[in-house]
Amino acid sequence: MTDLAETSGAAAVAQGPAPAIELRGISKAFGPVQANRDISLKVAKGTIHGIIGENGAGKSTLMSILYGFYKADAGEILINGHPTEIPDSQAAIAAGIGMVFQHFKLVENFSVLENVVLGAEEGRLLKPSLAKARKLLTQLAQEYEMNVDPDALIEEIGVGMQQRVEILKALYRRADILILDEPTGVLTPAEADHLFRILRGLRDEGKTIVLITHKLREIMEVTDTVSVMRRGEMGATLTTSETNPEQLAELMVGRKVLLRVDKAPATPGKTILKVADLRVVDEDKVERLRGISFEVRAGEILGIAGVAGNGQSELLEVLGGMIPATGRVELNGTALELTGRACNGRNRRARGIAHVPEDRQREGLIMDFAAWENVAFGYQNDPAYASGWLMDNAGLRRDTEGKMKRFDVRPPNPALAAKNFSGGNQQKIVLAREIERNPDLLLVGQPTRGVDIGAIEFIHQRIVELRDAGKAILLVSVELDEILGLSDRIAVMFDGRIMGERLPNETTEAELGLLMAGVSDGKGAT
Amino acid sequence: MGFDTVIQVLDSTLRLSTPLLLACLAGLFSERSGIFDIGLEAKMLVAAFFSAAVAYTTGSVWIGLLAGIAASLVFAGIHGLASITFRGNQLISGVALNFLASGMTVLIAQSWFKQGGRTPSLIGGARFEPIDLPFAGSVAGVPIVGPIYSDLLSGHSVLVYVALLAVPATWWLLFRTRFGLRLRAVGENPAAVDTAGVSVVGLRYAAVGIAGVLCGIAGAYLATGLQAGFVKEMTAGRGYIALAALIFAKWRPWHALGACWLFGLLQALALRTDVVEAIFPFRMPVQLLDSMPYILTVVILAGFVGKAIPPRAGGQPYVKER
Amino acid sequence: MDVMPKWADVILVPVISLLLAMAISALVILLIGEDPVAALKMMVQGALGSSYGWGYTLYYATNFIFTGLAVAVAYHASMFNIGGEGQATLGGLGVAIVCLAVPWPHWALALPAAMIGGALFGAAWAAIPAWLQARRGSHIVITTIMFNFIGAALLNYVLVNVMRPEGSMDPATANFPPATHLPTLHELLAPIGINFSKSAPANVSFLIALVACVAVWLLLWRTRFGFEIRAFGRSESGAVYAGISPFKIIMGAMLISGALAGLMAINNVMGEAERLVMNSVEGAGFIGIAVALMGRSHPLGVLIAAILFGFLYQGGAELALWTSIPRDLIVVIQGLVILFTGALDNMVRMPIERVFLALRRRRTEG
Repeated sequence: MTDLAETSGAAAVAQGPAPAIELRGISKAFGPVQANRDISLKVAKGTIHGIIGENGAGKSTLMSILYGFYKADAGEILINGHPTEIPDSQAAIAAGIGMVFQHFKLVENFSVLENVVLGAEEGRLLKPSLAKARKLLTQLAQEYEMNVDPDALIEEIGVGMQQRVEILKALYRRADILILDEPTGVLTPAEADHLFRILRGLRDEGKTIVLITHKLREIMEVTDTVSVMRRGEMGATLTTSETNPEQLAELMVGRKVLLRVDKAPATPGKTILKVADLRVVDEDKVERLRGISFEVRAGEILGIAGVAGNGQSELLEVLGGMIPATGRVELNGTALELTGRACNGRNRRARGIAHVPEDRQREGLIMDFAAWENVAFGYQNDPAYASGWLMDNAGLRRDTEGKMKRFDVRPPNPALAAKNFSGGNQQKIVLAREIERNPDLLLVGQPTRGVDIGAIEFIHQRIVELRDAGKAILLVSVELDEILGLSDRIAVMFDGRIMGERLPNETTEAELGLLMAGVSDGKGAT
Repeated sequence: MGFDTVIQVLDSTLRLSTPLLLACLAGLFSERSGIFDIGLEAKMLVAAFFSAAVAYTTGSVWIGLLAGIAASLVFAGIHGLASITFRGNQLISGVALNFLASGMTVLIAQSWFKQGGRTPSLIGGARFEPIDLPFAGSVAGVPIVGPIYSDLLSGHSVLVYVALLAVPATWWLLFRTRFGLRLRAVGENPAAVDTAGVSVVGLRYAAVGIAGVLCGIAGAYLATGLQAGFVKEMTAGRGYIALAALIFAKWRPWHALGACWLFGLLQALALRTDVVEAIFPFRMPVQLLDSMPYILTVVILAGFVGKAIPPRAGGQPYVKER
Repeated sequence: MDVMPKWADVILVPVISLLLAMAISALVILLIGEDPVAALKMMVQGALGSSYGWGYTLYYATNFIFTGLAVAVAYHASMFNIGGEGQATLGGLGVAIVCLAVPWPHWALALPAAMIGGALFGAAWAAIPAWLQARRGSHIVITTIMFNFIGAALLNYVLVNVMRPEGSMDPATANFPPATHLPTLHELLAPIGINFSKSAPANVSFLIALVACVAVWLLLWRTRFGFEIRAFGRSESGAVYAGISPFKIIMGAMLISGALAGLMAINNVMGEAERLVMNSVEGAGFIGIAVALMGRSHPLGVLIAAILFGFLYQGGAELALWTSIPRDLIVVIQGLVILFTGALDNMVRMPIERVFLALRRRRTEG
């Protein structure tokens, strides 16, 4: 790795004027966790620089330090060659740095204009400040093709528009350096393309852009240079045109990555799950699922692809009994309750549905509970875990020990609280609990989000094994690679609908990408 | 029931609603910035005691007022320390301060004045005297308008007018100034304020500080305006009624004025059983009248009459996400 | 990651918080011109130096165990029940009705009935805020505060207009019939040869409070419902995933909480006053908050904290009797304990965490 950095990367930024950003020896620890370790980086003026790495590699932490959101424990920051102290966001803004966070920092019930002006008002009185800002905002919006209604409330506009407000906020503050943290996570491919056009335009104006992402495609498409982070350390810096996705992937994880999962062809049996015209309306009266129909058969994995927020979460929640819906869902030929008191996770489990939820920290586990308590979580009413009135805690601990051994959970200590395990080991606990129930149907959401590469392979193998045991599996993932590698059939969701179904070996990422953007060709099996 | 009686009841309403209004606006600033404050009672109580004690000792009600505000600010500072700096539970901090104030005032009063936990009665310059508005005497004879001006509006202590002026001042500060924009933002989404380069901690301390000053005035009015000296537990739950009024007003300044007048009227009526008997055809238990602010607040909270949505970041300490 | 070992979290932090509260209390005593060391000696002597003192200490502790457990159970469901005062007030009404309405032949029959009465009334007073929280999303802290005031007004009305015996000017019920009088510790301990003070109010309710501690522990850590309460309290979204009904947990935990607060009335109303008077709870509902916070919402911690507060109450009463320090000192101490163990927890915790972090670093590096 180091030789790469010396040959191509370092050479690319060593000459010419002072770099827009230079980091020297940045370190940051959160309690016992070392998030950034001795990081150095140079970003040349007027370029788009990508920072790529796995979840938890420390990318966001590093950029938050640059924006003054966190304080580094050690190290030095140089902006345009000048050593700059950035103790808070105020200082970052003064140094010409703007940041668009992954989770937008907007006041929901304020207007676009108020959000843009907040913190950068001209004077103590509001009216003149807002009038001035309105003028400048219109000017900026025209210049960069970012049309927004200054008087619209944030809670009433879509995420793509909200992101533009964030960019305009930075430009309004005269940012020369713009940092974007995972900006496309909530965007459709088309919206992402628009964003990339804007970013290129900004670069051509002489602005410096840092793009943080874990998606190789985006790096290849839009960046000029790229550096790779791994486990809190900065690896190589490369010129994008001189590298390829395989090399970057290898640098990200530190070894050759098996992007395909080894599995035999599926031998589907009878229909286990049958969904017809499923609809969900959320609290704000927005229709999240707009009439979904599909089937999953025994011994197959149906993968649901799509950009986050297009109804996949709601689909899992309906099937898991967490939210009500209308329509018809049959499991092994009998209908599931979709409304009322019987519509709950407990009844779903009794019917033979196991559920690995998308967010293990908020849903799948109680982080303060010990591992053995988490093994009972969701199954606390199971007679096997009770002796009379009381719960059989000793039996549960023994059961947990066995599960931890079989699923290679480290450390194999049932008394340890869930929060003290790594992401991968937390996920293994959830998986052990759900898979060992021997369910007819397994719902899996984002099985490998925030999970280290070693655990990913293990988790994928277990899911395939369950399939080979003749169970039906519904997989939801925003990672296209995972969908392509694991699924026997793929359905693509967009805006609460299924846009089409494909077989993994008869489709391409490009075709799926079109479907994910809502472009349907009518070939779908909906 | 005659016109004079109405004027009397409304006059009493205006006076009784003054401490409620000041405390309610205090709560408004604090909660709009995202800091829940169930310690309004505590701040009013310490302010009441120190204003009375210092006014008695120095003979000057103005020095007393300053002392009351200072004492209230100390308590506001502790609340800020607990809920902003150390990111503790804001509700628990409020509960703790209420106890602290309740015990501390009696303890100090006893060791200072040795009169069973009260201050001596205030006389002369140690009390806020009623002030007559211009021409109050000359228009008194005019029918309807005369009594309204000279008996109802005129003849209150200066703090009553301060409280009334605080309403438009609060509205202006909140909705017409940069500070107000930031304050409202920090109660809705502190991360937005932080990343916009404005100090969340500074804004919240400012809001808690303003709440301290307003509660200080409220307490001083209780002990040196409404009454002539401090007695044990003299706030008598007014901090909680102010909190109820704040919810009733849905955290808006002009509505706060209306809510405080309503609750002040209920308190005024509870003191005039003759009027209550004349209004209601049945026997209205005075206890029902006393608990009406609380019952009304529960009804409002239940969302049967419009929903009361507090500032979104209210009650949660601001921690930069990991 | 856990930075501190469990013992530091459970014992070291509360003890340091308590010491801080004590140190400031000592400063307050010093400021009002008294000697804190002498005051402490007098408190210990008065509260623990005789079976009379113990009798009062345990009497107060019994109240605080019930209200402390009430706060603790609700807290495990992440409900902050500030309404213990009102629920205990209503519990008193329930106990009084049971004791006065039926001509009980013996206390052993009257006690279970009174327990049911007190628990039911306490639970009923918690039920409305709980329902409003579960169904309408009304903040339970505010509604329970409001219900404290409404409860006080209600009791006031009932005592003045309904339950006051004819001809009495006192807003209180008639005295309970002698058959309902509970045996004091003096009577309970005499058969086994221990001569406990006759005039102290501690009674059989203390034993019931101990049973309640065990029952709450069993409920929270051994039953499925307790498991569900704790899971819901830690993560509401997780609970929904696991098929735990938020409505069931909020209602269940709050009803149990209210019932525990209401149960307190068998001690103060039935065991001590033997009639229902105005303000019979005397702030015990609020002290439950301090007790639960100090006891880390664990029944054993609640028991220890309740006895500590019982000691403070009795000791404070002795101080007020023999010195010029008013009884209100206890209220100050109580406020300080809530402040340090509750609101300023991080102030104590963060430096300790830093010490443990440094120790761990040294261990891994060395």
